[in-house]
Amino acid sequence: MRGLWHLAWLELKVFLREPMGAFGTLAVPALVFFGANLAGTSIAPQRFAGSEFARTGLPVLAATFMTITAVLSLMTIIAIYREGGILKRLRATPLRPLTILMAHVLVKLALTAVTLVVLALAGRRFVALPEGVSMVSFGAALLYATACLLSLGFLLASFVPTARFAQPLGALVLYPMVGVSGLFVPVEAFPPMLQRIAQVLPFTHAVSLMQGIWLGQPWTTHLGDVAALFATAVVCSALASRVFRWE
Amino acid sequence: MSEPTSRRAVIKVDGLRKTYGSLVAVANASFEVLKGEIFGLVGPNGAGKTTTMECVEGVRRADGGTIAVLDLDPLRDAAQLQPRIGVQLQQSHLQKRITVREAMHLWAALYDRPAADGDRLLAQLGLAEKRDAWFMTLSGGQQQRLFIALALVNEPDVVFLDELTTGLDPQARRAIWDLVRGIRERGKTVFLTTHLMEEAERLCDRVAIMDSGRVIDVDTPARLVSRHCPDRLVVVATDAADAAIRFGSIPGVSRVNLVDGRYEIEGQNDDLTTAVIQCVSAHGMRVSDFRAVTPTLEDVFLALTGHSIRD
Repeated sequence: MRGLWHLAWLELKVFLREPMGAFGTLAVPALVFFGANLAGTSIAPQRFAGSEFARTGLPVLAATFMTITAVLSLMTIIAIYREGGILKRLRATPLRPLTILMAHVLVKLALTAVTLVVLALAGRRFVALPEGVSMVSFGAALLYATACLLSLGFLLASFVPTARFAQPLGALVLYPMVGVSGLFVPVEAFPPMLQRIAQVLPFTHAVSLMQGIWLGQPWTTHLGDVAALFATAVVCSALASRVFRWE
Repeated sequence: MSEPTSRRAVIKVDGLRKTYGSLVAVANASFEVLKGEIFGLVGPNGAGKTTTMECVEGVRRADGGTIAVLDLDPLRDAAQLQPRIGVQLQQSHLQKRITVREAMHLWAALYDRPAADGDRLLAQLGLAEKRDAWFMTLSGGQQQRLFIALALVNEPDVVFLDELTTGLDPQARRAIWDLVRGIRERGKTVFLTTHLMEEAERLCDRVAIMDSGRVIDVDTPARLVSRHCPDRLVVVATDAADAAIRFGSIPGVSRVNLVDGRYEIEGQNDDLTTAVIQCVSAHGMRVSDFRAVTPTLEDVFLALTGHSIRD
């Protein structure tokens, strides 16, 4: 893992120097924050703030989309680096594929954490943190799930022919997974066959973990989800380091 | 330079073969690169030079043959080999918004061994003022020089340079040649590819001529020329009587033609020029023009392959 911190720090700086990178990561959440606070006093209907969706659905929905964004963004960056010959240049150095993955995971986690903090601040008028739930615990669940799922993105990135295919391919794989993850409809409501499929898909466990933590359940009741996500990370990383294409 | 046989080979390639589907990129390449020399793989675009070099670097897997770099297998022993080599690829990029200084620091951080003095390297390469510039703002020549700097960051024993002056103007090209000679002065071995015969002739201690995936011959440029293009030509303009007869009697001269008032003296004598000068001087000829035409590697390539390198 030589060069990991160096590469991660550099990738973070390079990302923030991209006009869209800095804008999308810091400015958009900040705008949401200010917009929400401006609008908060006048238009936030009490009925929404007290609704079931606002109390339990919205935070997990937002968190899941942060994870999806991180995974898609990782896929795109790896594809751009491959297409641009950056990966090829790195290949002739002692840098290993897993170090590159880890560096990008660190960057994405840092950005996800920043986004979460900004959104939490923006949303506190509408979404109250449930009794006995700490933002730190929920944040940890989000970051853990994201970190594990990024390895899936890294694996997918090995199959993306060009940067232009990264988003469509990512969407094609990720959105159906999210669709059956229990985020919109509880997994128990699916036919048995679909339930079994949902149970082996990593997003189901990410959603289950984040939902549980948000609803105040202890981490110990979600050890299965934690283990499933960890297994996803191990398997995807191992596969990715074997099939990883530098060019 | 000293005799090749007395020096250690740092790169040994034997019977290298690489295909892409039905396309045979490298059919058969065998050569050795000796310690401390500048070795050039020379041939037209598509000859298989880059593929050969990338197999030697361990960036590509060969289909057949054996490769040893510093007595290591480039793929199997990659972890041991990579710290000891420096690579400049023909086509590569860095992150658009990485600065020159950041790239140097990152590269230095990737290696265990003590890094070269990055600031000095950048100064030598004329990049000192560009230290804080983003990669995307550098000119082609500046990017090329940065890649050379990155290839030298880990003080490698062997440096690979693939078509390093392509796209550069003649002045920048000469500056890069001086730099490559400087790498050799520091005791490193340089393995480069080029499709520029002039570059090979001026820069390389030895060259391998490559065409259609095969290495045809390996030697110093001078020996390749005398081996494959033994014909020498000296052109003399003189009004001396009997000039044709006198030139014709020089040992080794095969033909003397009078073209537009100039005698074209052809022969296979390596010392033809000296012999002609001695003849002119011995007979007190008045000479108004004198020119020795020496074959170049381009002529060698033509003689070996039957086609010009520019085709």
